[in-house]
Amino acid sequence: MKYKIENLNHIRVTKPLKLDCGQTIKDFPIAYETYGKLNEEKNNAILIFHALTGDQFVTGINPVTNKTGWWNYAVGAGKAVDTEKYFIICANVLGGCMGSFGPKNLNTMDGEPYGLKFPVITIKDMIRAQESLLEHFEIKKLLSVLGGSMGGMQLLQFCALYPDKTFSAVPIASTTSHNAQQIALNELARQAIMADPLWNKGNYYKEKKKPRNGLSVARMAAHITYMSDKGLQERFGRKLQEKKDYEFTFDADFQVESYLRHQGNVFVDRFDANSYLYISRAMDYFDLSKQFKNGLVEAFQNNKTRFLIISFSSDWLYPTKNSKDIVIALNATGANVAFAEIETDKGHDSFLVNEPEFLETLKGFLDSNFEIFKNEK
Amino acid sequence: MKNEFKIIINLLPGKSRILDVGCGDGTLIEALIKQKDIDARGIELEENKVKQCISKGLSVIQGNAETELAQFPDKAFDFVILSQTLQAFYRTENVLNELLRIGKKVIISIPNFGYWQVRTSLLLFGKMPVTKSLPDSWYNTPNLHMCSIKDFYQFCDKKKIKMDKIIGINNEKTSSINRINLEMKNFLCEVGVFFIS
Repeated sequence: MKYKIENLNHIRVTKPLKLDCGQTIKDFPIAYETYGKLNEEKNNAILIFHALTGDQFVTGINPVTNKTGWWNYAVGAGKAVDTEKYFIICANVLGGCMGSFGPKNLNTMDGEPYGLKFPVITIKDMIRAQESLLEHFEIKKLLSVLGGSMGGMQLLQFCALYPDKTFSAVPIASTTSHNAQQIALNELARQAIMADPLWNKGNYYKEKKKPRNGLSVARMAAHITYMSDKGLQERFGRKLQEKKDYEFTFDADFQVESYLRHQGNVFVDRFDANSYLYISRAMDYFDLSKQFKNGLVEAFQNNKTRFLIISFSSDWLYPTKNSKDIVIALNATGANVAFAEIETDKGHDSFLVNEPEFLETLKGFLDSNFEIFKNEK
Repeated sequence: MKNEFKIIINLLPGKSRILDVGCGDGTLIEALIKQKDIDARGIELEENKVKQCISKGLSVIQGNAETELAQFPDKAFDFVILSQTLQAFYRTENVLNELLRIGKKVIISIPNFGYWQVRTSLLLFGKMPVTKSLPDSWYNTPNLHMCSIKDFYQFCDKKKIKMDKIIGINNEKTSSINRINLEMKNFLCEVGVFFIS
């Protein structure tokens, strides 16, 4: 996965940013992509936050990987997030590996890639780094912010930090803090990466061989958590992979094994192992209630943003309870909140795949809120 | 729009905060927002109806009022509306107490089981009544705790719930109900709308 930062849209954040860990960074790149056109009134802008392994290439063809963008089902001309109507911005997160400042960048101190010398970042750091984009486009108030999974965490952080910068917000299959199980699953992924001898304490950028196996296992484990038991069973069951019977080896006899190996393999071509460590750590550290003396209620106090919380019935990674806790916190402050639990077998991944009920709900919310936002001005 | 909704819209003061419990497709809250600039929210059980509400730009949360009213703070709303669903809850009294806790005032409408058509159906034909406001048959009705206007009136009396206003609806006609005309209205009205606190 090679690209030159000059070939990607990016801004350089020049003002110093003091990170939660205490270190200060400055003059660093945040890569982004836009879709659609910003109208004259500048009231049709939507900021999308990507999930753990996403990037700024939301839809169309990702020019670096030559693959379809990660939210192709939801974003595009005539789709739920209509690029003919709205102006979409998405940035690669701080710590990421698609052009934004991350562990594979060169350290100006010694000219070497940062590796583990890169500061440990948080979701809040990510949001504060991205805020410069709004200045860049001179947008005072976004029509909406959208984000699933870790994207939803960023969104909630955004709303808590900048209550007046968006008219509406849609956190999808997300949470205000990781529970023990969610941290445990991330730790499993990190240990898989670090157990790979080629990971070499994060110093592998100059080596020919990258810690592919570790990262691949991390992805396989994570991928299981993105699907529901029923979804996995219906798709693969006990079907064998292009063979009539067991081979009595440890090759991929079952289709599900082959599928996971494939998912692991294609992932390592586009993702940096250290980025995975840093970003998953940021997710685990995220606890919105901890940032306020009176907890979540204070996080959303006097917030005028119109929220739509969405969860999926078969999502066991970020179950409906996580979303309902957000709804409860918002209701306790009298915030403007709508909530829908979409009935589906597609698990956590439901927001990324073709799930018509979800897409229709999202479209209905955005279009109706655009009308209200326009009339408010 | 249902006559009952028109009455509620007319009587609610503008700019107040209301919650419509079991708001269906959001017809009432949409009208309240448009006609009276009321900050109206809703809670609805069915996913499909929630989706319709959200597409109209309404702040409606999917959930079961039986268990989820607890999340709202005391006196969070000026009015809480419960339109013809009280009879469908398992624990009616609990729900009622929750409504009175989260709303400064509560508007409850009930399909009247004391209505003459309902009485005659059972009396003359020996069959469970099916009427305009009670459209379901005995085997598929969601209604668990049917009551008459008189029942609910006496219940409020017993529980010391203040009845600010009671309106009876019979087709297009509406009338005020009080202690004196209660027996007659209980016979003649299809629906009763109670403003309580």
